[in-house]
Amino acid sequence: MREYRTTRDIVGPLLLIEKVVDVTYGELVELEYPDGTRSLGNVLEIDGDVALVQAFEGTRGSNPKDTKATFLGRSLELGVSRDILGRVFDGLGRPADGGPEIIPDERRSIYGAPINPVARDFPDDFIQTGVSAIDGLNPLVRGQKLPIFSGSGLPHNELAAQIARQSAVLARSGAADQAGEKLEGEFAVVFAAMGITFEDADFFTNEFRTTAAIERTVLFLNLADDPAVERIATPRMALTAAEYLAYTCDMHVLVILTDMTYYCEALREVSAARKEVPGRRGYPGYLYTDLATIYERAGRVKGRAGSITQVPILSMPDDDKTHPIPDLTGYITEGQIILDRNLHRRGVYPPIAVLPSLSRLKQKGIGPGKTREDHADVSNQLFGAYASGIQAKELAVILGEAALSDTDKAFVAFADAFEDQFIRQGTHEERSVAETLALGWKLVAQLPRTELKRIRDEYVAKYMSSEAGD
Amino acid sequence: MEQGHIIKVAGPLVVARGLVESKMYDLVRVGEDGLMGEIIEMRGDRASIQVYEETDGLGPGDPVVATGAPLSVELGPGMLEAVYDGVQRPLDVLERQAGSFLSRGISAPGLDREKRWTFVPSVEPGTRVSGGDIIGVVQENVVVEHRILVPPALSGVIESITGGDFTVRDTVATLVDDEGGVHDLAMMQVWPVRVPRPYKKKVSADEPLTTGTRVIDTFFPIVKGGVACIPGPFGAGKTVTQHQIAKWSDAEVVVFIGCGERGNEMTDVLMEFPELVDPYSGEPLMKRTVLVANTSNMPVAAREASVYTGITMAEYFRDMGYNVVLQADSTSRWAEAMREISGRLEEMPGDEGFPAYLGTRLAAFYERAGKVECLGSVPAGASVARTGSISVIGSVSPPGGDLSEPVVQNTLRVVKVFWALQDQLAYQRHFPAIDWLTSYSLYVDKVTPHWAADVSKDFRARRDEAMSILQRENELAEIVRLVGLEALSPEEQILMETAKSIREDFLQQNAFRDDDQFSSLAEQDRLLSTILLFHAKALEAHAAGASLADIFAAPVRERIARAKYLAPDQMAEYDSIASDIETQLVGGARPEAAVASAGGER
Repeated sequence: MREYRTTRDIVGPLLLIEKVVDVTYGELVELEYPDGTRSLGNVLEIDGDVALVQAFEGTRGSNPKDTKATFLGRSLELGVSRDILGRVFDGLGRPADGGPEIIPDERRSIYGAPINPVARDFPDDFIQTGVSAIDGLNPLVRGQKLPIFSGSGLPHNELAAQIARQSAVLARSGAADQAGEKLEGEFAVVFAAMGITFEDADFFTNEFRTTAAIERTVLFLNLADDPAVERIATPRMALTAAEYLAYTCDMHVLVILTDMTYYCEALREVSAARKEVPGRRGYPGYLYTDLATIYERAGRVKGRAGSITQVPILSMPDDDKTHPIPDLTGYITEGQIILDRNLHRRGVYPPIAVLPSLSRLKQKGIGPGKTREDHADVSNQLFGAYASGIQAKELAVILGEAALSDTDKAFVAFADAFEDQFIRQGTHEERSVAETLALGWKLVAQLPRTELKRIRDEYVAKYMSSEAGD
Repeated sequence: MEQGHIIKVAGPLVVARGLVESKMYDLVRVGEDGLMGEIIEMRGDRASIQVYEETDGLGPGDPVVATGAPLSVELGPGMLEAVYDGVQRPLDVLERQAGSFLSRGISAPGLDREKRWTFVPSVEPGTRVSGGDIIGVVQENVVVEHRILVPPALSGVIESITGGDFTVRDTVATLVDDEGGVHDLAMMQVWPVRVPRPYKKKVSADEPLTTGTRVIDTFFPIVKGGVACIPGPFGAGKTVTQHQIAKWSDAEVVVFIGCGERGNEMTDVLMEFPELVDPYSGEPLMKRTVLVANTSNMPVAAREASVYTGITMAEYFRDMGYNVVLQADSTSRWAEAMREISGRLEEMPGDEGFPAYLGTRLAAFYERAGKVECLGSVPAGASVARTGSISVIGSVSPPGGDLSEPVVQNTLRVVKVFWALQDQLAYQRHFPAIDWLTSYSLYVDKVTPHWAADVSKDFRARRDEAMSILQRENELAEIVRLVGLEALSPEEQILMETAKSIREDFLQQNAFRDDDQFSSLAEQDRLLSTILLFHAKALEAHAAGASLADIFAAPVRERIARAKYLAPDQMAEYDSIASDIETQLVGGARPEAAVASAGGER
């Protein structure tokens, strides 16, 4: 045990401890403050015999004179075993449900190691979420990281819960779905809350409880009134648990991280306390790299059955997509689902802004053998037509409906129908991919035949009449 | 070797004391695990070292061992089809060594030490050679002949040379220099990454690099030896565009640097390239490709090194006389790596926290591109020296899509081609989302003579006409937005339709459709002339009394819309479309027969 009472400075969440020996970068520290409060911390910098320590649970109650620091000789770890399923932990991975301590099979550093790019298996298994706006246009595949960009007051929690619920129930790929068979492998949800309110967290726990999914769920909760700096560890705790379940227990794991905005703010707090040169809007210059070490832990690994799919949720300050947090996230993740306030105001659930949303992996996850051969073309056509419809609507606002050509009018009608029938669905309504595509064909059938430039002729011939009905 | 010890650890930066003999940019081994690091600052006896692996667990007192050599790459047979990290560690070998995750302290040489290559000498003993001369070849794979060069600094007389199967480090020849010193030549050379490889002289590059992407080849061409950048916000399609160029450009060797980007994108390349067939050689694309993969979650210092590792390899292939395409995706992540290291060094920051030398570093990197006369003597009988080129295409990821940020601005100062990606176009699923109004290429005049000779003498004129139609559309769109389409004259309405056709039927190209992803220059020319023919005939027909509605409803338009999906051996279809245009766009009422026959063909 290396105990020190040599704290020199305390600034925000940081402590400068002097005269330390054999301390290493990243080492875990146990801090005990004069009022009895305890906190964990880790070494951010070691310069000679001076260590800079970040206290995860804050520095309230500490003083330089009587603070005791014990360097533990290891980095922050999480004990993992199958028993973590069904359990609730705090933001630092300690049981928070009154249950017993986990007897770990192994202890893992929460920082993980990067997957060798050569060892990655390309994510191309379609996940049927049962949500048309996702399955039809921006499909999610196993091993993808697809964030939900939202704003205050938008129903991102409902959507995330719906995805978790419906993907969980199916737990099979689109191809298997068509063949009517169950896919090998179990499904689990790892949920990490960072700085969200009790009510939001309660919504998710209830949701998991009522659908009996709680036995397949691991929760890590750092709520709004929990220490802010602890949030830096929380997503890494969750992903360490997810990696264990995916690559050791061969499970398909869906990780929901909410709200990444609060995570980034905690990072900014530490950076500011260290007086680092800030990048945009005061966020540290390494925010991209830091976020990448979280998001890139999604994926599939060759030769292992499990997978990690991430759905991070972040609220865009002032719905601004160019804010550093959504901006850098978008550069790392494989697409984004953007929620739109106008659709929400008009009462459309889920209010997914289809045009700026994107799933980068959809090309590989759909098509023959995965969903259906016409999926890509139909999806492109729906996009194109909806975009034209929106444009025509803007024109109509200025010039009036009468100024529109017949084609434009067809597109306007299409756009309205698309929002009302295709995007809109119930929170508990689950559509199979076949139902979603049928809906798509029904909608494109309203358009003039010459405008269907993005669908191959043979598919029009094959599916148009049968799918769209008459 | 000299040994020092750590006194400070701050993220990827380690400060060590006791390395007095070492020089700036020397490679060192840090800690018990021997992690790779590079000296980037020296103050007195304190050396600041950027470490290419995670530094967790390092602490004061840990040893630092000097190697006395700068960070270098190994150049020789075996680079093609390989996947390296930012400091040329072969990732497939690391996977076999350490499993699916990259643990620390593992290492492997860049070139396989055991593998034997068949060396065929191309000079006789007694031949006088100088640096850069080819002394023999290795058929590295069916596509690329690997030429073995005399190292740049050496010259003299070949004393002995042997053909046969050798490993990269075996001596294949001996050379006696003018002072009588004897040098063993192996197939492998070692070159420091931060030093550009020498060449005889730079020459002006004017030959177009065909990429198969219509908006690039026709409107904003790049030359072999040119420099281009692709800036754009996320989701606008930078990576897909880069992949398209890596796949279809007519270069002999492609070096693709995944610099701080997504792991799955590299996996995509790794799975796709061995399957895809190079339209020029008929062999898998992977056979001409070198991949450098330093994904965003891999150590940040190695990301900084990765672009240098990549371009040094590209220079080596250039020196053999090849046209090389080097792609860096994304240079912004490289710049951010510089910013992070600079911040840890507590340097005074420039714009947005980037180091003050950002512009210099970017310019120096892009300047390593170009077409050169390679080192080496001019072969007997040849009038000109061997030439080789490196075309550099860097993507830039500006925060929030803001093109005024430092990385974009510093890049624009040095590149000659600017492919601006627009998120608005991407939302409309107009791909590639290259904005035709703001993009530019300064190579258009240079490639025009090549177009005239190889494609058609009218190609440049057609390109310019199409460009002016698009420009005019943009001006007219303002008016339409304010007062409606009817306010335009019939001629202008025809122009608007043609512009739409150029956008949808020519510029839009689906990278994921086999029948659309690659378009040869000949096909591009036929397609564009077909669209422009329709435009001309529409104007004529209107002048002769045809109504706009009839013109726009001509059935041939659907054939034009689908012409881009025609296979290269269906070029005759264009003649048939042209004759349809002639018959369907005539003055007055449309002849019913023409409509019926056109309908029947579909």
